[in-house]
Amino acid sequence: MDFDDTAEEAEFRAGARAFLEQHARRREPGSGLVYRAGNESPEFRQRAKAWQAKKADAGYAGITWPKEWGGRGGTAIQQVIYDQEEGKYAVPRGLFDIGLGMCIPTLCTWGTQAHRDRYARKALRGEEVWCQLFSEPAAGSDLAGLRTRADRDGDNWVVNGQKIWTSGAHYCDFGVLVARSNFAAPKHKGLTYFFLDMKSPGIEIRPIKQISGQSHFNEVFFSDVRIPDSHRLGKPGEGWKVSLTTLMNERYTIGGRASVGIEDIFELARNIELDDGPALKNAAVRDKLADWFVSSQGLKYSHFRTMTALSRGETPGPESSIGKLVNGSKLQNLAAFALDLMEQGGVLTNPELVPLAGVFQQTLMTSPSSRIAGGSDEIMRNIIAERVLGLPADVRVDKDLPFSALPTGNVKERS
Amino acid sequence: MNFDFSDDLKELREQARKFLRERCSGAVVRRVLEGPEAYDKGLWSEIAAMGWTGAAIPEAYGGVGLGHLGLCVLAEELGSALAPVPFSSSVYLATEAILAGGSEAQKRAWLPKLASGAAIGTLALAEGAGKADPRRLRTAFRNGVLSGEKLPVPDGDVADLAIVVAQGERGPVLALVDLKATGISRGAVETIDPTRSHARIAFNDTPAETLGAAGEGEALLRRVQDRAAVLFAFEQVGGAQKSLQMARDYALERYAFGRPIGSFQAIKHKLADVYVATELARSNAYYGAWALACNAPELPLAAATARISASDAFFLAAKENIQVHGGMGYTWEFDCHLYYRRAKLLSLALGSTRLWKDRLITQLETANAPL
Ligand SMILES: Cc1cc2nc3c(=O)[nH]c(=O)nc-3n(C[C@H](O)[C@H](O)[C@H](O)COP(=O)(O)OP(=O)(O)OC[C@H]3O[C@@H](n4cnc5c(N)ncnc54)[C@H](O)[C@@H]3O)c2cc1C
Repeated sequence: MDFDDTAEEAEFRAGARAFLEQHARRREPGSGLVYRAGNESPEFRQRAKAWQAKKADAGYAGITWPKEWGGRGGTAIQQVIYDQEEGKYAVPRGLFDIGLGMCIPTLCTWGTQAHRDRYARKALRGEEVWCQLFSEPAAGSDLAGLRTRADRDGDNWVVNGQKIWTSGAHYCDFGVLVARSNFAAPKHKGLTYFFLDMKSPGIEIRPIKQISGQSHFNEVFFSDVRIPDSHRLGKPGEGWKVSLTTLMNERYTIGGRASVGIEDIFELARNIELDDGPALKNAAVRDKLADWFVSSQGLKYSHFRTMTALSRGETPGPESSIGKLVNGSKLQNLAAFALDLMEQGGVLTNPELVPLAGVFQQTLMTSPSSRIAGGSDEIMRNIIAERVLGLPADVRVDKDLPFSALPTGNVKERS
Repeated sequence: MNFDFSDDLKELREQARKFLRERCSGAVVRRVLEGPEAYDKGLWSEIAAMGWTGAAIPEAYGGVGLGHLGLCVLAEELGSALAPVPFSSSVYLATEAILAGGSEAQKRAWLPKLASGAAIGTLALAEGAGKADPRRLRTAFRNGVLSGEKLPVPDGDVADLAIVVAQGERGPVLALVDLKATGISRGAVETIDPTRSHARIAFNDTPAETLGAAGEGEALLRRVQDRAAVLFAFEQVGGAQKSLQMARDYALERYAFGRPIGSFQAIKHKLADVYVATELARSNAYYGAWALACNAPELPLAAATARISASDAFFLAAKENIQVHGGMGYTWEFDCHLYYRRAKLLSLALGSTRLWKDRLITQLETANAPL
């Protein structure tokens, strides 16, 4: 048992360090949460794209992607090493997570070499950004309940319907989309998977304002949008199978992210005064911080265990779901506790008036999303219970009925 | 990076698991729970004969030199089986204390006997309910003799050797006592977990020797506690995993409202949470194992992290195991309570999580620790 780099790993790490040292600035406490606070201004995107291009040209994007996809053909351990090193620097993060983590791997897995040549490289360099058009008003956790329809018309498909919560749709160039091509089949059997140009005629994108006040996600309406059949991935009716490739990558992308916020709360506790001195000397504060530290460490070393399995060529199991489950609540509780330490002043949001430039106030408002997006806490617990522990699936009333015969709810539409 | 046990050690784990399945069934644990014996002597001698008691002792002192990673693997299995033997006292505490602080003569005198299981050792710190602050102990060690009372001392009724934490002339000191010496009276006491015996030991001008350099008793105690914390964490992880397994199996077998109770989300999600806590504890224990095995400067931090994580996970798993079993879980007949008892016992064995959390944050304050 060791954490030592092998000679090759050490060489790779040295290369990554040299690259980062030359092109990036070291991170300061608090700066880690900036992207999660929804910083997606055009200026931010510009910087993110420039950084991504540099990274790709130096061979540090798509590290584990096969060469046929335009990747480095490297190992999972190299990816971890790079992430560890990059984590120490203030570089723009997150803009390409969905595209590179989910969409392109699906495209490369199910598409042709021509698809890979045309799209993967550009995505890797940040020239084209991708979004995921899965969720609908009536289909979130129950994704297979989606009702956007795709009808075949010669060499094209015609798409009508609505997607929702589409992150980044307003600035993305391409998207992956699942739609229903057969309403008479049971829900999982009537789906077909596509990718499409987000500038296609008939697409209307409306931003949705989030509780954080920002508009990171959107409603996307489709009116007779034509998608060439060559942009179909997998066979008609097999869209669910293709979607699973995307969703597995989603769990992995999100679950694998390093835990956040611990250093920030320590920084705060060192500097803010309670009755009896710095908060860090207070027994109740120490108790909480210890709990968060322990769970962060637990995730870090769980991640190392996963990576060890990966480096032996084993596939990481659904265990990797625990990262997202643990981090979501932790982030939220940690932010709320940080505000408590600031007492009434904790309500202030002006970055100049509160510690760490308001990162905890921002996190309070953004953290609920991490318990919902990419599989809610409840869905994650179901996955662990069913796939890891082997407990029975939930009782289902919808599995074998034709989709058109399923009961639907009656939730008030957003106005 | 290679953050896993070697194939050899995995093989050892399989052997240990198989051996304990055969030799340490629930019936064996219950014989100690309900009978007059302090521990299972047959099991103890078999374990010793396989070299487990000498796993971390160098061959020069009669051990098998398997190293601490091997010991971690064994600890997990012993915890899972609730082995009713004085392993933790003798191996994680007494042996570690002598390895860490013993003079050459002390090592020669005791390690071979501890390795062979011929002698049982323990560490005596607590003096009744309340925090055992090494600087405020009533037990005193002066002019080579020890006086005072220790309660509870794990395996104190059967031990041959005790490392007693006492007040010395220059601060806390670890005193090594041969329990056959004069001026000792001891007797078993009742505890929440009768599968692991505990005693009250009174010392009255009992001859003893200092362990380690004068004035460094407190540092040595911490070192021993850190090392033991990792080993205890593996026992706790073993117990947590077994509790989860029991709950999961029962949830599949037991039907209510026409379905297995394991199909109700309240049960599924509860067990998912237990799984998460156990996995985090396991990962933290692995890190502790690494730090222990290579004597890393990170050991104090890794040990505290492993201990807190494992104590919390085992208690959560054990109490929810009872909950999942319903009324059955509250019976003497079912084994759920054995894990519940052991979980609480182990979480106090080296000090509560409250103390270890304080220790952890102190580490983070002082060390330039990576967060
Ligand atoms: C910030 C953000 C970004 C997102 N980005 C995208 C994106 O880019 N593309 C995209 O396609 N989607 C995106 N989503 C959508 C996201 O995937 C869904 O919100 C999520 O899957 C939950 O679906 P829902 O919102 O319909 O909630 P519902 O499925 O209606 O869930 C409501 C509540 O019911 C619970 N629930 C549902 N089913 C069960 C069950 N079987 N057992 C127990 N409880 C259950 C849920 O846990 C939740 O608490 C995003 C969401 C957020 C918040």
